[in-house]
Order: sequence, then structure tokens, then C-alpha cells
Amino acid sequence: MKYLDEFRNGELAHRLVTKIHQLAGDREITLMEVCGTHTMSIFRYGLPTLLPPNIRLLSGPGCPVCVTPNGYLDQAVAYVREKNIILTTFGDMIRVPGSSSSLERKRVREGNVQVVYSTLQALKIAGDNPHKRVVFFGVGFETTSPTVAASLVKAKREKINNYLVLSAHKLIPPAMEVLVSEPELNIDGFICPGHVSTIIGAEPYKAIAEGRHIPCVIAGFEPLDILQAIYMLISQIEKGRAEVGIQYRRAVRGEGNPRALSLLEEVFEVEDTYWRGLGVIPASGLKIGDKYGQFDAEKVLDIEAEETKEDRGCICGDILRGMKTPGDCPLFKTICRPENPLGACMVSSEGTCAAYYKYGEV
Amino acid sequence: MCLGVPMRVIEREGTNGLVELGGVKYEAGFQLVDDVKVGEYVILHAGFAIQKLDEKEAQETLSLLREVFENST
Ligand code: SF4
Repeated sequence: MKYLDEFRNGELAHRLVTKIHQLAGDREITLMEVCGTHTMSIFRYGLPTLLPPNIRLLSGPGCPVCVTPNGYLDQAVAYVREKNIILTTFGDMIRVPGSSSSLERKRVREGNVQVVYSTLQALKIAGDNPHKRVVFFGVGFETTSPTVAASLVKAKREKINNYLVLSAHKLIPPAMEVLVSEPELNIDGFICPGHVSTIIGAEPYKAIAEGRHIPCVIAGFEPLDILQAIYMLISQIEKGRAEVGIQYRRAVRGEGNPRALSLLEEVFEVEDTYWRGLGVIPASGLKIGDKYGQFDAEKVLDIEAEETKEDRGCICGDILRGMKTPGDCPLFKTICRPENPLGACMVSSEGTCAAYYKYGEV
Repeated sequence: MCLGVPMRVIEREGTNGLVELGGVKYEAGFQLVDDVKVGEYVILHAGFAIQKLDEKEAQETLSLLREVFENST
């Protein structure tokens, strides 16, 4: 398949691995892949076994499902209790346990939870059910939030006034800033998220590259993409440079996607927000701005959620900060498994615990 | 969750359209891109085309990879 197969060429990959071994020498290097989709690719193609042992790959907080705190889940679960509400969301969120229930359990019992693959589908459900309120529970980074913004603009234009959004959207660069400040982590370079960057471009990483002197390379998701990004990072480290490089040139322009960015600006406002594992990060969340206030579920609906409890025994938080790996969790594989997940890192198909479970520890 | 897949545009009318991968067709919203035509490729994410793929850049990335080896061997 075009744009996929060429970047899975085994021979080129093996030659690239040899180059990485030569260039890295015996230098200890820690690289973090911020994005959960990268984590999955890295494991699927067994990249850690190909790289020299002195290159360490850390998984970061880039799984939106994993970093969404229980409070939002509890709020969504509370909406489902209301008879006149249909709650819609992406499949990933359905199974995540909140404080005492999950949307999946509610779906079975109440029947008013619907999985959608796109916000346009949620909007259509709203159009088809004018006597109900249709809430879209929106979770995701800069890749996804423009699709939510687009649905709100369409709802306003077409006067679909029973459509509401519960916005738990987050921004990636502020979380990277927090990780850079963790002295224990000692990150030497970032493999930056390819699809977040199709929207935001290269500029937002400059503060980390130039300000903190940590090389950043925006990477695609095929094995050659990731290996080439690692090669580019080590080249920068070797030369003592710290710049924002773009490996994923076929999809990422320096300026990002201006149309998507202006939609974000039109619809959302930046706020401080809480991340599972990382705590409150200043200016890292997107809430619905006043112009679209009539579609903001948190403003419009006065439905109280249960008191939030965080998971007991789950160390997802430390894993999201790159401090621990799933092997450090006593519940991993024993009690916590994909069919009975205890924490968000196991529920999400791209959570670090799910990746370790599926592809084995490397 | 930021999964995006390269797909070929087979129909487009304003912000609505169809994209295809391996013979399977999907509906796509084109609200986030402007200059995309039928026959071109886009990254599809959550039912939206989020960026157009650049054929020339893809070829350059691959030739850059091959060059690294030629210069070193
Ligand atoms: S294995 Fe389960 S309980 Fe342990 S950290 Fe991962 S998600 Fe949490």
C-alpha cells in the first residue's frame, strides 16, 4: 500500500540499524517517544531488540485515554444516568474504569452510550434525535481536537442545538516541558509525535530544542521512519546540536496545518488541566470558549458526578512519566490484563501496559 | 489514538468525500484541508482528512535514506 510499504523495507531497515550502532558507539542515550502510536509501532516491529543496548527508549504520556483523569470519566458516567441524554465517544474510552463504573457497564445497563468513529457521526445522531441531548465525550491531543472543533462549527451553522461536547482535550508540548524538568529521567532526545505535528508543525518544540538543548525529531509511524528519526537524533547528539528536525516530511509541514489551527483558536480556550501521572500542567488543556459556550456540556448540564477516587495499586502514573515500566507493577499480567484492565494504561490499545502485554517485555 | 492512515481520495464534494484503502471505502470530512483533489492521498484520522501527503517529500525521504548508505560504503 502506497506510503506504507516503502517505509517497511526490511533491507533498508537493517542497514539503518547498522548505521545507528556505528554512530552511537558506546554512548548511553535515552530517547523518549512521546506518542502512544509510536510505542505500539516500536513494539510491533521489535525495534528495541535491534537497537544497541546503550540506547534506551522510554514511553511517554502520549496516550490520551491514559492521561485522562477519573473525574472526566465519572462525569461522563453521570450523564449516562439521565434518560434524555445519549453519550457518544470513541471506542477507546468505553472500557476505561472510572471511580466506580465504566461507560461500557453503563452501556449494557442503560443503553444510551454509542461508540462513534467520528464527531460527524455524533452530530448526525444529534440531528436524528432532536428531543434528546447528545453529548460527545472528547478526549485527545492536537490531532483530534480540530475534528471536534469542526463538528462544533458545523453544529452552530446548522443549528443542531442539542449537540454538546465534554472536552478533555490536551496539548502535548506543555507535557514535554514537564518531563524535561524531571532530573531523574535525563532525556537526551525526543521522538516527537507525527500526527500531532501535522497540525501544530515544528515551531512549538523549539522551546525544548533550543531553550533546553534537547534534540527533537518529528517522526512517522513505520519502522523506517522511527529508525531514521533515531538516527537523526543521535547525529544531533553526536554533534552537540539541538534542533527540531522533521523526518515525517511527507505529512508534516513546518507551519503545521493553518486551517486546523485557526479552527482550534475559534472554538477552544487554553486552560490549566490535570493529567493522570503528571498532575496539573499550566496551559495544557482545551476548554470550549465563550463563543461556543452553548455547546459546552460542563456549562449547560448541571449533573453532579460521584466523588472521584483514583485507582488503588495501579502505577500508571509513574509509567506515564517514564519513571517505571509495567514490569514494576505487581498487578501486571497477574490481575491486570487486557480483558480485565485495572488501569487506563492497560485499557487503551496504545497504552504502555497493553503494548508490553501484547508484544512481551523487551 | 492519534492513529492516522494514508488513504486515496476517490470522491470529494466540498467538505464531504470518500477515501479508499486496499479496496475498502470510508467517508471522510474535508473541513481541515483545502487543496486536496481526487487521486491524491491524505492522512485520515477519526473520519477527517487532517493533512495531504506529499509525494515528492516521500520520495526524498527514501532517497535520503539510500544516500546515507551509499556515502558510507
Ligand atoms: S499493569 Fe494495570 S494496574 Fe499495573 S500500572 Fe499497568 S494498568 Fe495499572
